[in-house]
Amino acid sequence: MRPFRDALITFRRSPLLSALSVTTIAFSLFAFGLFGLVALNIREALDRLEDRVEIRAFVTDGTTPEQIAQASGDIATYPEVLSAAAVTQEQALARAQQELGDFRDVFEGAALPASIDVKLRAGMRDPATVKRVASRVKAFPFVDDIRYGEEWIEKLYRLRNIAGIAGLALGLSFALVSMIIIGATIRMAVLARAKEISIMRLVGATDAYIRRPFLLEGVAKGIVGGLLALLLTWLSRLLIDRFIIKTVFFDARVIMLGLLFGALIGLLGSAVSVGRHLRRV
Amino acid sequence: MIRFTHVTKTYPRTGTAVQDVTLHVGKGEFIFLTGPSGAGKSTLLKMVYMEERPTTGEVRVSGTSSVTASSREVAKLRRKLGIVFQDFRLLDNRTAEQNIGFALEVTGAPQSVIGPKVARALTQVGLAAKGTSFPRELSGGEQQRVAIARALVNDPFVLIADEPTGNLDDRATRGIFQLLRDINASGTAVIMATHNLELIRRQEFRTVEMNRGMIVFDSDEQLPPARDA
Ligand SMILES: Nc1ncnc2c1ncn2[C@@H]1O[C@H](COP(=O)(O)OP(=O)(O)OP(=O)(O)O)[C@@H](O)[C@H]1O
Ligand SMILES: [Mg+2]
Repeated sequence: MRPFRDALITFRRSPLLSALSVTTIAFSLFAFGLFGLVALNIREALDRLEDRVEIRAFVTDGTTPEQIAQASGDIATYPEVLSAAAVTQEQALARAQQELGDFRDVFEGAALPASIDVKLRAGMRDPATVKRVASRVKAFPFVDDIRYGEEWIEKLYRLRNIAGIAGLALGLSFALVSMIIIGATIRMAVLARAKEISIMRLVGATDAYIRRPFLLEGVAKGIVGGLLALLLTWLSRLLIDRFIIKTVFFDARVIMLGLLFGALIGLLGSAVSVGRHLRRV
Repeated sequence: MIRFTHVTKTYPRTGTAVQDVTLHVGKGEFIFLTGPSGAGKSTLLKMVYMEERPTTGEVRVSGTSSVTASSREVAKLRRKLGIVFQDFRLLDNRTAEQNIGFALEVTGAPQSVIGPKVARALTQVGLAAKGTSFPRELSGGEQQRVAIARALVNDPFVLIADEPTGNLDDRATRGIFQLLRDINASGTAVIMATHNLELIRRQEFRTVEMNRGMIVFDSDEQLPPARDA
């Protein structure tokens, strides 16, 4: 097939620029991949952690069990709430001793406050919702203090957002740079073939036919860059897995999407350039 | 077949190159286009194969109008035209055969028809033995024959030649001219721009002379040409 051969020929004609465009596409997608991976794994971790999210409302000494039961019943009817359970002083002590195992003696004779433990429904465990429910619970006059994993949940959420945004920004800037470099490569290729192109025009080749090999070249570079990025991301993940923490990887659909995006970067970069430069020869 | 109607071409930087030209070229005609340098001959020919479009007026070639034709239609039109230049415009890294076949390839012709058509065109221009030569291995006259074969390989209804003998010596010039007459005799119209007055003087073909962008003489219509056709 002539177009494929032509694409190969231009690759050989300006290997440095070609390699550079492939590399920048790879870096663009690698940035997406790496930060995407971080975001994905934080997401996974959050899903697991969120199961444990609960709001614990400590009640003041001297609150009657009836008051506590009444409040638990009220709280259980909030739309965000899955369950609200009353925990007596004795139960609190027993739980603390169990959790501490060998150090159970520490609590000998100590008095832990009674509490209402509130669990939220799945999908309602984001920091904003947790905060809202917590402040409602806090409004009960006998609720003394409230605890929830506010700090670390918010931090994780923020981390995930930062990873997402950083990946997006870095990936998009690399995408832009690679489009510019691809544009430059195409410009050189078009100029190198100016005579051939003018003869093609003269004997009646359509613009689409003339453009095709250049576009194909862009797509090919995009896909090669995408594969390179996939390899880099996979290797990074392997390293993280081995030395830091077990992680999950993208599924096949996301990988295909990444390659497609690479092809798109290549196509756009060459389409813009080839349109502009063909008009001049 | 080819009709210019009140065609004016003004280039942005150099001004008017062709002014109010009205001209008709019939089927199978042979026309000499002459006139001093800068008269607008090349510009006129460019408007036939629609590399340039008129600033005002209309050029119609075989049903394609310069006013409405899309770039795709222009490409299709050029497959029915043969175009040759003074500088041959062959690709140095391809043999004569490959240069000729190129014109068929880029229009999507199947490989099976390319071989026979190329062979026929090469024979037509008298170069059957030189098909595998590269342009640098051919004389100027031979290179122009290859260019003419490339122009003929699509069976054009008209051959447009912009000073095809401009780079050739007398002998080669006569050879190319004879070839163009043979091509014309087999039914293809020929429009040939040339400075070679001697060549014209010895012929009885229609002669159109331009000066400063205007047609100042047309042997068919007797001078001066009618302003309206
Ligand atoms: N692409 C162009 N851009 C601007 N001006 C042009 C262009 N081509 C031709 N011209 C101008 O148009 C005028 C006619 O040029 P043209 O090439 O048609 O003349 P010509 O009759 O073919 O001359 P010659 O015999 O020297 O080939 C000239 O003044 C030239 O400067
Ligand atoms: Mg000229």
